[in-house]
Amino acid sequence: MGDHDVAVLGVGMHPWGKWGRNFVEYGIAAARAALEDAGLEWDDIQFVSGADTIRNGYPGYVSGATFAQALGWQGAPVASSYAACASGATALNAARAQILAGLCDVALVVGADTTPKGFLAPTAGERGDDPDWLRFRLLGATNPTYFALYARRRMELFGATPSDFAKVKVKNAAHGLANPNARYRKAVTEDEVMSSPVVAEPLRLLDICATSDGAAAVVVSSLEYARTRGTTGPVRVAAVSTVTPSFPNRVIEMPEFATDSAAAMPAGPVTFRDVIAQRAYAEAGLGPDDLDVAEVYDLSTALELDWYENIGLCGPGEAEKLVHDGATTVGGRIPVNPSGGLACFGEAVPAQALAQVCEIAWQLRGEAGERQVDGANVGLTVNQGLFGHGSSVILVR
Amino acid sequence: MTPKERVAAVDGWFTLDDADPRLLGNRCTRCGSYFFPKASGFCRNPACDGTDFEEVPLSNRGSVWSFTTNHYAPPAPYVAADPFEPFSVAAVELPREKMVVLGQVADGVDPGSLRVGDEVELVLGTLFEDDDHEYVVWKWKPTEGARSDG
Repeated sequence: MGDHDVAVLGVGMHPWGKWGRNFVEYGIAAARAALEDAGLEWDDIQFVSGADTIRNGYPGYVSGATFAQALGWQGAPVASSYAACASGATALNAARAQILAGLCDVALVVGADTTPKGFLAPTAGERGDDPDWLRFRLLGATNPTYFALYARRRMELFGATPSDFAKVKVKNAAHGLANPNARYRKAVTEDEVMSSPVVAEPLRLLDICATSDGAAAVVVSSLEYARTRGTTGPVRVAAVSTVTPSFPNRVIEMPEFATDSAAAMPAGPVTFRDVIAQRAYAEAGLGPDDLDVAEVYDLSTALELDWYENIGLCGPGEAEKLVHDGATTVGGRIPVNPSGGLACFGEAVPAQALAQVCEIAWQLRGEAGERQVDGANVGLTVNQGLFGHGSSVILVR
Repeated sequence: MTPKERVAAVDGWFTLDDADPRLLGNRCTRCGSYFFPKASGFCRNPACDGTDFEEVPLSNRGSVWSFTTNHYAPPAPYVAADPFEPFSVAAVELPREKMVVLGQVADGVDPGSLRVGDEVELVLGTLFEDDDHEYVVWKWKPTEGARSDG
């Protein structure tokens, strides 16, 4: 058992969908579900860590306080974290640090979002010094534009095909069928993916995740606190990686116009996405061979294939074979996205990294129902937020 | 009818010179790292404590790292043509600067003809227009004989 482990006492979600209601409503539902799962009262919580949303006004920027007020002020200190898609992991890490420093025993982590229809757009206003505003203005580069650049690169480097990408969607759609929190619960065929409208060549509508409303929450505590409450063998957080890139980062990242230059300092052999998981493995003292299950950030079908390689499930160019062979399907060697992934959820930015943690916790507790991975004891989540935010969590039991 | 005034869609990022358009980046005078858009204040190379930068025109040719074609109109602040026409974006690797720079692909280029590794050059093209102005931006265009595939 690692020195840095904390216990996951409870997890909870508000189902993903598209209702346009206030994000606080979703967040509170998830928080209450996590508290109930933990067998705790709101008054027991000693620290509240919110994952922010930038699309819902001021309350979204101070989400820790927003959720604390909505649950009823009870005096607990709060923190609010923003790290784009990685916000949930950053908020979890803030709570973990408080616990490991001995500043509190038990903390509540919450992320929730309400998203507009269509492409995620920059926040409003004329902002000529904001690269996120400028990439839309000068390039018309949406998020799927960047996903498509990676997908095309994969096709050119490894001979991947749109049919390979479609197989990822078919797998994830099948996984999500039995997930009550998923927004899309419908089987999808390869033909349906490949005949859906092209969004950003070579990616089609069904290759790209939607944007959703949703919320997820996690209650974490010290191992001692879990013991004194009589919780035996809890799921534990063995690692949280929130790394940033190393200069020079040679992969073009949202929302940048250019990569770093390697003219003065040569680039290292590994990419930023490789390091996100490597740092988590190092902290947990585990490696890819120890994994029983993984939740990876399938913003696009092609990106899920990249992640297989980034988290060490296979070598470069071998990911297509894994999905073809069913290795990453529930029942296979190393199931990936048993929840159905973003393909079935759509993205609710600050909630998504926490939703990944919820799914792994349920898997490790053997409570994932029809999508259960047999004998899952070690699981990893991985994701990346724009502006250089890594996110990976390893859970063990 | 007076012709529309041609103006850069963003100030100081490129030269408005049709004969030899260049992206304007800068370079740390201490370590030689290039930046686009220009860095200021502090060199981003963690091994360098440089604070002075010189403006440099970037290489006007590079090779395609990847590319895509957008089939849906991006949201504002992009100003989409009406009716919307799909447009392509390329990520281009500059050999001297050892960096990849994004840009739209020049109008009239068949995206089906693009390949990773193709040589492209910098040109100027229209980003959008209003009643009085044509807003110009840099674009990437395949060079003659970019690829010898017959």
